[in-house]
Amino acid sequence: MDQALQHLVNGTVLGGTYALLGIGLTLIFGVMRVVNFTHGELYTFGAYMTYALVSLLQLDFFLSLLLATLLGVALGAAIEVLLLRPLRGADIDSVMLAMIGAALVLQNAAMWAWGGVAKLVPTPFGGTPLVLGPVSVMPLRLFVLGVACALLLGFWLLLERTRAGIAMRATFQDSETASLMGVRVGWVSTATFAIGSGLAAAAGALLGPVFMVSPTMGDLVGLKAFAIVILGGLGNLPGAVIGGFALGYVEEFGGGFVSTEYRDAFGFLLIILVLAIRPQGLVALKERVG
Amino acid sequence: MSGLVGWAFVLAMALLPVVAPDPYMLAVLTSAGIFIIGAISLNLLLGYTGQLSLGHAAFFGLGAYASALASLGFDIGIGFGMRLRLEPQPVYVGFLSAILVAGVFGWLLGRLAFRIRGAYFVIITICFAQVLRMLALNWVELTQGPMALVGIPPFSLWWPGQGVVDLTSKAQTYWLVLGVGVLAFLVVRQIVHSRIGRALVALRENETLARSVGIRATHYLVIATVVSAGIAGAAGSLFAHYVRIVDPDVFLFIYTVTMVIMVITGGKGTLWGPVVGGLIFGLLPDMLRGSARPEAQWIAYGAAMILLVMFLPRGIVPAVAAWLPARRPATQALPTPVREGVG
Repeated sequence: MDQALQHLVNGTVLGGTYALLGIGLTLIFGVMRVVNFTHGELYTFGAYMTYALVSLLQLDFFLSLLLATLLGVALGAAIEVLLLRPLRGADIDSVMLAMIGAALVLQNAAMWAWGGVAKLVPTPFGGTPLVLGPVSVMPLRLFVLGVACALLLGFWLLLERTRAGIAMRATFQDSETASLMGVRVGWVSTATFAIGSGLAAAAGALLGPVFMVSPTMGDLVGLKAFAIVILGGLGNLPGAVIGGFALGYVEEFGGGFVSTEYRDAFGFLLIILVLAIRPQGLVALKERVG
Repeated sequence: MSGLVGWAFVLAMALLPVVAPDPYMLAVLTSAGIFIIGAISLNLLLGYTGQLSLGHAAFFGLGAYASALASLGFDIGIGFGMRLRLEPQPVYVGFLSAILVAGVFGWLLGRLAFRIRGAYFVIITICFAQVLRMLALNWVELTQGPMALVGIPPFSLWWPGQGVVDLTSKAQTYWLVLGVGVLAFLVVRQIVHSRIGRALVALRENETLARSVGIRATHYLVIATVVSAGIAGAAGSLFAHYVRIVDPDVFLFIYTVTMVIMVITGGKGTLWGPVVGGLIFGLLPDMLRGSARPEAQWIAYGAAMILLVMFLPRGIVPAVAAWLPARRPATQALPTPVREGVG
């Protein structure tokens, strides 16, 4: 029982960052119909920027997290303007191929710039775990969960309470009608891609110090982000949050009780199962079949 | 390209080891040839069914592992105290089992993945390769995991008057790969020109319309996937016995990307596209080697992919076909892209 509680806590911490990753990816798909293969690379970018700011420039840890996220937003905006804008109107497969190309460039640029050796990011949090009854948590992980939840809440407020959020949701539902109503769809797309990328970079900045920072850290994470949005339905925002936490728990419990080696495979097996049994998905969407 | 030009090209390639027996060039061409076979098989899915299948490395890797394991033999526990044993088999058995295993998995993936389309399909094919990679990494008893399968025997072939001989020289291996490549090309051409090929193109162009005239979508798409997977498995087998070591990295996304970029550079949905694109991207890395870091190669690949999608979305072969004067007006007048660059 105690072990299960511990897994529940760990799964929640993991799920928070997965939800951040998933929500960015699903938002970009919903608004722009773009399957963003650079998502994992933005995650890597966020982690490396944190490393550079903390270790090389000796900046404050919390300030570095913020700056890394903002740099992620800037990189996302640049990708949108330079790559996706010229391809607007191209079919979805062509855009996917271009995004795979961009991901290749970004990943190998990271390899070139930082070398293949994994880096450790120093944090102000101590190494002693907080013990709460039967479970123990590292303070850093608790902080990560707190920030992830704050970002999710902030993002929800942005969508629900601001004019920009309304414009985004309108474009999400029907971009043609939105543009007839005076929404500047071009700018909404840039903002969406930038924010989604910023969330991925934030996830990387948060998890970089927990794990190690390496050029290929985004590979598996990018695929997991896809798993999350498939579980929740592409373009379904609450679905991405649910899918994020679901994947966190599945990995944590599967890794704890079934097999540690196949920990990373559970998410993918889960999607294959979902699609085999319920091809319309856990959260049914019309678009999925046909 | 007319049939005559095609056979002249094959003849020229076949005579190459005699005319210019440079072992380094033959080695480069052999490994390029293996990936060209992979690209030819991927083109059947990417080009003719129009489904962006990004798990092709899965079939390649399955073929490599199946062939290596069959020729090395294995002895594993399968639960309930039972064991599954296989004595080392001749290499041709490995080659055939590679095609069989990859084909069976192609059927499975096809049955599963063609319930969905678009972005979902793409993602599930990627996940498929990823799961297999994790299996290869962790099922150490069968695959040796990250320690890799080593000591894989080279090709052997029955030769009149000499019995079964090992293909050890560069030229012999090169000819074998060329032979399999020609065979793969002919199989794909046969399918494309058959009823199946016409059904696939109809589905690609307008699935709803095609269904409405009675074309069974899943049926034809699964056939295409099985054939494509089988050929990719054959390429994987050639790879295993050529490199003679197989590790879980054969399932990496990067191998799929290599084949995808060959197909789209040459022109997807054209028979010669994968060959043209494959020659370019099979030979380019070796020309760049020494002068550039490996990262530079991948950055170049990525940039090439972006530029192609932006400026040459249909690939080289259709572009060249459009430049050539209308020597065969009947062919060019056909609206379907199937005929372009064919024959």
